[in-house]
Amino acid sequence: MADKTSANAYWAANIKVITISMIIWFVCSFGLGILLRPALSGIHVGGADLGFWFAQNGSIFVFLILIFVYAKIMNGIDRAHGVEE
Amino acid sequence: MDQFTLNLIVIGASFALYFGIAFWARAGSTAEFYAASQGVPPVMNGMATAADWMSAASFISMAGLIAFGGYNNSVFLMGWTGGYVLLALLLAPYLRKFGKFTVPEFVGDRFYSTTARMVAVVCLLVISITYVIGQMVGVGVTFARFLEVSTTTGLLIGSAVVFAYAVFGGMKGITYTQVAQYIVLIIAYTIPAIFISLNLTGHFLPQLGFIGGYAPTGGETYFLDKLDQVVTDLGFTAYTADTTNMLNMFLVTMSLMIGTAGLPHVIIRFFTVPKVSDARISAGWALVFIALLYTVAPAVGSMARLNITTTFWPGAIDGETFSKPALSIAEIDSNPDLTWIRNWEKTGLLAFSDKNGDGMIQYFNEPKPLVDANTALAAATKALADAAADADKAPLEAAVAEATTARDAVLAEAQLGGQSLAAQGIVGNELTTVNNDIMVLANPEIAALPGWVIALVAAGGLAAALSTAAGLLLAISSAISHDLIKGALNPNISEKGELLAARISMAFAIVLATWLGYNPPGFAAQVVALAFGLAAATIFPVLMMGIFSTRVGKEGAIAGMIVGLITTSVYIFLFLGWFFIPGTNVYPNTPDAHWFGISPAAFGPIGAILNVATAYIVSAMTKAPPQEVQDLIQSIRVPKGAGKATAH
Repeated sequence: MADKTSANAYWAANIKVITISMIIWFVCSFGLGILLRPALSGIHVGGADLGFWFAQNGSIFVFLILIFVYAKIMNGIDRAHGVEE
Repeated sequence: MDQFTLNLIVIGASFALYFGIAFWARAGSTAEFYAASQGVPPVMNGMATAADWMSAASFISMAGLIAFGGYNNSVFLMGWTGGYVLLALLLAPYLRKFGKFTVPEFVGDRFYSTTARMVAVVCLLVISITYVIGQMVGVGVTFARFLEVSTTTGLLIGSAVVFAYAVFGGMKGITYTQVAQYIVLIIAYTIPAIFISLNLTGHFLPQLGFIGGYAPTGGETYFLDKLDQVVTDLGFTAYTADTTNMLNMFLVTMSLMIGTAGLPHVIIRFFTVPKVSDARISAGWALVFIALLYTVAPAVGSMARLNITTTFWPGAIDGETFSKPALSIAEIDSNPDLTWIRNWEKTGLLAFSDKNGDGMIQYFNEPKPLVDANTALAAATKALADAAADADKAPLEAAVAEATTARDAVLAEAQLGGQSLAAQGIVGNELTTVNNDIMVLANPEIAALPGWVIALVAAGGLAAALSTAAGLLLAISSAISHDLIKGALNPNISEKGELLAARISMAFAIVLATWLGYNPPGFAAQVVALAFGLAAATIFPVLMMGIFSTRVGKEGAIAGMIVGLITTSVYIFLFLGWFFIPGTNVYPNTPDAHWFGISPAAFGPIGAILNVATAYIVSAMTKAPPQEVQDLIQSIRVPKGAGKATAH
């Protein structure tokens, strides 16, 4: 039974990290890159407006950081719950 | 040494490398054939995944699509990278823990049903076969262009090369070959990009040059502002202009993202790594290697666009667009830096005609009334020319005269550079064809780079086409030999028999793909939209529910996949014709006719929502999955205990 509780806690922790990551994923691509672009046209990254830059370059950089940070956090959670390989 | 010989040497050397690797890494067991024995280190797997993923379309066509589509075509940049976040977080680690070889195998076990597995096989085959047609066409075109042979010969050479290493090497041979192919293609892509960025902006990194200052004006004007100004002067939409249909852009991006995460040939890459944690990080490495090309692509596209435009309007380089006359034909034939124009004219990717006979090529975007007036005039002229000798020509001649008057009225009205076209003696745009692909292919020549760079771009294009075709063929053959033959028709087949079946399926898949590439149904672009839409509406949702829901059972999963498959195909067929047969479409494929402005390429997420909704409603009315399936779900959710994959 203890084993099952631990597995549930591990899964809950994983879901929480996934949820936060997916919000960031959505905001930097669909949010900044598409939906909010007109509203943020006054902010610039070099020669591009913020939304344009996120749509063509910025979102990809965020995706990269997101995956590596997720992998690192999950390795920690795996160890904390004793479920690592 | 001439350019052709140089191309042959560089391409030949790259092929020798691929064959050498394939021989060294040939597969001896089904575990090696399907999943390279789970022995591929994450960084290498990431590189192979990147090569697998980036097709001839990514390498050759994407920069051109972005160059001419501007901000609107950011959908490809976000869509084809954002899917890797979904893979890393939502699919890859759990499917690796599951520890089998194919996507349908997971669906069959998790939904405890051979029927579910077979429905997944059907979805996989539809997705992968439609996708591979485009790749084989790309292989044929690429070989034909660089080896100066016919497209059919190019297709046959390409198929023979894939056959040689995919049939014998399986996943193991393909993976290590793809690592080499990735290195070739990324070098070929970035070297011209760096040179062109240095030329135009003074920045070594194209990603910085893209948002930096425009060098010929001393960097005072931003490069993007310069580009916007030049293209709007010529009547084109600004490169950074806002989208006209935000909903559609949102849905296309979503479709490409979840479609990417649902493509079987991408998913199976994560079965090849040793551990669950490696599957997560491997998706990260794949995206690193993909991003090396994808973050450079907008720079390549926009810079090549500016280069082409300023070539035809030399005044635009350091002043106003119309401060100097347009490029003259005499200049094209005498200036050694412009020989690429005649070279690419031969391929048909670039075409120009001096319509008004002034010896110069005026390049601009014809306004809609002028296009219509010129079309009407051409039709009237043709009717007159085609008329029978004894026919009454007076009304036809009157029609031509009337069309000419109408056209001249438009010319007097339409403006270019603050003057009417009529006043400048211009009758229409004279740079009649600029193919998207030229943005990457002609880039080294436009930037006057050495011959070996041009040869490297040729080898890179071939590497991109071959690596993707091989990955798709493996997904198809493993679905046939492992899911169809071993999973349903002959479960008692021996290891040796299955390996032979896998090789025969692969050979069969190559022959089929070659035949389809030889007789393409003439819709390569639409087919890719179908592949992504279907992957988004079928495979991705069923895998998600399999992992994250303990309640969805076999009835729900089967019904969901079928609903996703049918609604998405039907929506696409409504606009593109039933099974893509031209003329059978119910509605014209125009933004006005699309339901709620949703284009066929954007339907994937809606198909996915219908899939999930159906699955949950049906599951609510049927029994929950049995205990052993509940145990399976709990087991794939924790990394501990992931072993080598087993056949059964």
